[in-house]
Amino acid sequence: MFAFIFRRVLIAVPTLLLISLMVFSLQLLLPGDPALALAGEERDPAVIEAIREQYHLNDPMIVQYGHWLAGVFTGDWGISLRNQMAVTDLLLSKLPVTLELAILAMLVALAIGVTAGLVSAVKKGTRWDFGANVIALSGISIPNFWLGIMLILLVSVRWGLLPASGYTSPLESVSRNLEMMVMPALVLGTAIAAIMMRHTRSAMIQAMQADYVRTARAKGLSERVVILKHAFRNALVPVVTMGTLQFGELLSGAVLTEQVFTIPGFGKLIVDAVFNRDYAVVQGVVLFTGTVFIVMNFIADLLYFLLNPRLRT
Amino acid sequence: MSATTQPMVQPPVAAPAMAAIERPGARVWRRFRHHPSALLGGTLVLAFVIVALGSPWLAPFDPAANDWMAIRQAPSAAHWLGTDDVGRDVLSRLLYGARASLYAGVLSVVIAFIIGVPFGLLAGYYGGLVDATISRVIEALLACPFLILAIAFSAFLGPSLTNAMIAIGIAASPMFARLTRGQVMAVKTEDYIEGARAVGASDLRIISRYILPNVFTPLLVQATLTIATAIIAEASLSFLGLGQQPPAPSWGSMLDTAKNFITQAPWMAVSPGVAIFIVVFGFNILGDGLRDALDPRET
Repeated sequence: MFAFIFRRVLIAVPTLLLISLMVFSLQLLLPGDPALALAGEERDPAVIEAIREQYHLNDPMIVQYGHWLAGVFTGDWGISLRNQMAVTDLLLSKLPVTLELAILAMLVALAIGVTAGLVSAVKKGTRWDFGANVIALSGISIPNFWLGIMLILLVSVRWGLLPASGYTSPLESVSRNLEMMVMPALVLGTAIAAIMMRHTRSAMIQAMQADYVRTARAKGLSERVVILKHAFRNALVPVVTMGTLQFGELLSGAVLTEQVFTIPGFGKLIVDAVFNRDYAVVQGVVLFTGTVFIVMNFIADLLYFLLNPRLRT
Repeated sequence: MSATTQPMVQPPVAAPAMAAIERPGARVWRRFRHHPSALLGGTLVLAFVIVALGSPWLAPFDPAANDWMAIRQAPSAAHWLGTDDVGRDVLSRLLYGARASLYAGVLSVVIAFIIGVPFGLLAGYYGGLVDATISRVIEALLACPFLILAIAFSAFLGPSLTNAMIAIGIAASPMFARLTRGQVMAVKTEDYIEGARAVGASDLRIISRYILPNVFTPLLVQATLTIATAIIAEASLSFLGLGQQPPAPSWGSMLDTAKNFITQAPWMAVSPGVAIFIVVFGFNILGDGLRDALDPRET
């Protein structure tokens, strides 16, 4: 077990270093003098020189990267030019909002995706299966920001059932918070639900053909018990790991969802940063999401290891 | 593509059996024709390409011409899909917007292909340190969510359709590299590769003449599916203001404008979204159909 964790951590380290190198290299794409780009509207030569000093722009590239990486390790991810706040503080302040959205969206995805996948596999080759597949493919093909706009049009504008946009913290009002998060979670969860449906279906089909399912049937167990207790429990292993991996995608999808529903989370932070030319924040978001993905990857491996008795022995 | 290269690399077949064997190209076409969803996908994609390329002749109005007397008009006989916030014809913008989606979809996949495939070939063929290094880079790039990476590249390159295509292409390249690497590793142990090596063929010749043609099929399927992803990504970047810049039309930027007038002019939001959905759906089912048609295990 510990050897497994140690091996996974060893593999993650060079990947994380490469992500940091890639994020650092982004500033090489800036056209012209990076000091001028980082200064934004500011044109005072003294300020520009200070920026040059701050970011070690007069040093060779490798030295610049060394300074930047040392900062990353010590929690200094730079200062937001717009907010004059530490990038880490900004990220941490927005994280709970996006995390809530991602968790709610994942619940939607699991509820829809796993149920549809289960039905589709059990009723393989029937109209149910065909219908579930068409819905899954549609879920992947619908741009989620458009789905958000359409839901606002119908649910908020036409029917007046839910608020169209904005965010209320659950600490202020849980009911108001849920009212505002229903549509964003549904929008973000739909695309992931389609992916979860496909994985659940294929895992279930594989499990239904396994020897232990045949044995369970031969023992005379009811079809319900065979499906839910034997096949589904085993099919859950790849589904759980897949769900964990999809968490990174949720962060990506949240960018658009938060933009449509004006939710002040992580996604809105990166979009605002792009328009304010707040490059340190853009780099911070990419570095953070990359790290989250590696961590989720690690958790997925760990879950796979823990849920699969054959790997443990 | 694989149809022309397969005979060169497949083990020799006894002469009498040759007549009974269906040519690979004919087999693929037969399977494709009998795959209803693939045919539907192919038809949708073909219609999309015709609309995109023919938009100057098909569009009833200039897509960038403002008409201050026809602001936010509902669909009518004159303007089938209505007009937008500055009186531009939504149908004309939709037709021209197809061009941006087609360019973004195809060109970003070409960029991803050009970057990703050579690295995948090198990693898969040479293995060892080359593979370890390239694989770590692929993992690092795959670790960053696709759209966030594309946004970051667009942010640093500057907002424009070209930069959006480059950003999407770079963000999609690790998918091609990883797929190519896996395919090469499976193919390089085949007898015909050993045979080519035995007769003194150079690494470059083995990779370009024997390996690449044999790993091309899954890459073609991946390319089709990635076009769908790229079209959504371009629309997403344009929706965020990082892709096609106004007044040039793009489905994403049309939706960006439409969301501000959702109560006054809901028709502005409907058609671009439906168009994206139909085209992406078409590429997705075409990709799935191609995968089935090109799979040699299927009969």
